[in-house]
Amino acid sequence: MSKIAISCDEPSLDAQVDPRFGRAAGFLIVDPDTMTFTYQENGQAQAMARGAGIQAAETIIRAGARAVLTGYVGPKAFQALSAGGVQIVQDLANLTVRQAVERYKAGDIALAQEPNSQAHGGGGRPGAGMGGGGRGGGGGRWR
Amino acid sequence: MKIAVASGKGGTGKTTVAASLIHVWPDPVAAMDLDVEAPNLHLFLHPEEIGRCRAFMEIPEPDESRCTFCRKCSDICQFAAVKVLGEVLMVFPEMCHGCGGCLAVCPEGALRPGKRELGEIIWGTAGAAPFIMGRSRIGEAMSPPLMRQVKAHLSRIAPPQIDLIIDAPPGVSCPAVNAVMDADVIVLVTEPTPFGAFDLGLAFKAFAPLGKPMGVVVNRAGIGEDAVYRLCERQKIAVLAEIPYDRAIAEAYAEGRVVADAVPAVRGIVEALARQLQAMDRPAPKEVLHG
Amino acid sequence: MDEIVILSGKGGTGKTSLTAALAQVAQPAVICDLDVDAPDLHLLLAPQRLETHVFQSGHEAAIRPEDCTQCGICAQMCRYDAVIPAQAAPTIDPLHCEGCKVCVTFCPAGAIDWRPRTCGEWYHSRTRFGRMVHAQLYPAQENSGRLVALLRQQAQELARQQRIPLILSDGPPGIGCPVISSLSGASFAVIVTEPTPSGRHDLARIVDLCAHFKVPAGVVVNKYDLSAPRAEEIAADCAARGLALLGRLPYDPAVTAAMVARQTLTEFAPGGLGEQVGRIWQAVAARLGLPQAA
Ligand code: SF4
Ligand code: SF4
Ligand code: SF4
Ligand code: SF4
Repeated sequence: MSKIAISCDEPSLDAQVDPRFGRAAGFLIVDPDTMTFTYQENGQAQAMARGAGIQAAETIIRAGARAVLTGYVGPKAFQALSAGGVQIVQDLANLTVRQAVERYKAGDIALAQEPNSQAHGGGGRPGAGMGGGGRGGGGGRWR
Repeated sequence: MKIAVASGKGGTGKTTVAASLIHVWPDPVAAMDLDVEAPNLHLFLHPEEIGRCRAFMEIPEPDESRCTFCRKCSDICQFAAVKVLGEVLMVFPEMCHGCGGCLAVCPEGALRPGKRELGEIIWGTAGAAPFIMGRSRIGEAMSPPLMRQVKAHLSRIAPPQIDLIIDAPPGVSCPAVNAVMDADVIVLVTEPTPFGAFDLGLAFKAFAPLGKPMGVVVNRAGIGEDAVYRLCERQKIAVLAEIPYDRAIAEAYAEGRVVADAVPAVRGIVEALARQLQAMDRPAPKEVLHG
Repeated sequence: MDEIVILSGKGGTGKTSLTAALAQVAQPAVICDLDVDAPDLHLLLAPQRLETHVFQSGHEAAIRPEDCTQCGICAQMCRYDAVIPAQAAPTIDPLHCEGCKVCVTFCPAGAIDWRPRTCGEWYHSRTRFGRMVHAQLYPAQENSGRLVALLRQQAQELARQQRIPLILSDGPPGIGCPVISSLSGASFAVIVTEPTPSGRHDLARIVDLCAHFKVPAGVVVNKYDLSAPRAEEIAADCAARGLALLGRLPYDPAVTAAMVARQTLTEFAPGGLGEQVGRIWQAVAARLGLPQAA
């Protein structure tokens, strides 16, 4: 099985899953077959004014993870993870990292098909420049 | 001359003062609403619309067929707006600040100039005054780019020699500074309350580095306390006008009327304010310094 | 944990006065001032600071004149007109610098420093109604929304630690980035408006924003008696959009008097305005199914 990233704030399998994805302290990158892990700090994303989720997504994709277990993922990060071929599992905030990984291995977990929060929306599909479509004069009125 | 009407905090009567000034201004004048997140001046000036256009900002558009995934673009981008995710080159249009860095840095021509809608620019006339405003698109997080375009568009609808009154966004962060940056005089509208005094102090600090003459208009004078006046004294900033606290003024405002038009006493006050502002722009002739 | 954010679009609608009063009646709650540009809640709640932290966000560029060869590339490439030509070497105006790093990257002489930007401070404090998290952005600094996100995160952590089920936030004005940061993922938005053309106009925009981010919202009409017809228009707008009208407050000089006395409406006028604030809180609590609801 390929590597999984779990948001948490210390390098331990017994850490709680951090409910935040983009602003998580870091990620445990776990090999589910051997349960060995490395810890990936998320400081670069935490320092971002905006776009922390995208930054975190890049970090774990570069770390080689093919799935992420976390609390919730905003729409932009969701897009980024999906583009990088990473499976997303949300709503795991009340588990330890070990429990989350065990459930993932047992297949006892639903993969998210869409983001469960509407943070910083506005959309924008990969590569699609906004505003190409005609929105006539209907958008704003004088009063 | 250009006058920016600003305030450290919203709801102090900034738009009331701006609309009233435009109404009584003795010389030809244009009106510009740069509070693009919540433009309101038109609600009082009732301008007749002449035209509108959508405003865009340049952002990159990816051409994945050319991309070698070298990450030079994502390394320069400070805003996580362009990323290489596995084998996918992805642009997040909403995150882009339009700096052009990625376009300049890409060695493969894999990013082309595209665009994102910022909002719209609407122009017309309010009585004799040319009028222009910006309104940002819902969900658009950045207002300075649209403000810059509204300012640039002004030259197409108003002759450069006429005066200009700018309704600036409230607050003291970068959009507010952006709006008052090109003015000759900054008018700060406040009210004599603890909130008013605190926020006025912040506005002094924010605008002082611009080195422009500033003046204060105390709205709803008579309510509250004298902290605002003491602050102005300490900072040596003139109180140019006081608009009394009067329910009739609040009601006229609620009806969407220009207060200087609806309440005669206010008209006199704003006319005097206009004269003082004009005098601030034409300081007494100084001796020419030699050397 | 529920997170209620009080918003108004337009400033000066009485958002902060209402938040302060709600902070009193909604106890126990962690109080949070997300209006980091012009935070006023502290003027009514007189927080005692327990901790002060520096807030840094983004970077800014600075040219080292001794290394600059005056090639002009930075000025050419900066899209924000932040590079100011000068006799010796160009300088960078920090007010204009967007922090994009383009000049740093392209300067052939490597003469441009890239340093973190200190933008403000944030605090943990104690008030007479409980713990408070707040901040002050330095004037003219970019309100990025990150400080807002940081305060919310601090408030959430504090609420978890102290087992407080509610966070009550005074939101930023406008509808831009800070508001988006304060709104995304919140449980409920209380939108304070007034029966003026601006009030109604901005209400529509903020309601759109709440809908965009799928945050349920309710409306409080402040100064409702300033214009009966407009107050009715607002009520009709709300009905048309399926928004709860949570309550209304009259145009009352007591609001300013309370402010001058550094008191909340509930402290200053417990019988009149205070009672009405109490009813607004009941309406909010009922919508969220909070135990405080009568
Ligand atoms: S233009 Fe600037 S902000 Fe936009 S994606 Fe490119 S580097 Fe990032
Ligand atoms: S710089 Fe150009 S080639 Fe390199 S990753 Fe970015 S788009 Fe692709
Ligand atoms: S790019 Fe570098 S060397 Fe050229 S003018 Fe700017 S600072 Fe000086
Ligand atoms: S960092 Fe960007 S905005 Fe700042 S001076 Fe350099 S090019 Fe201009």
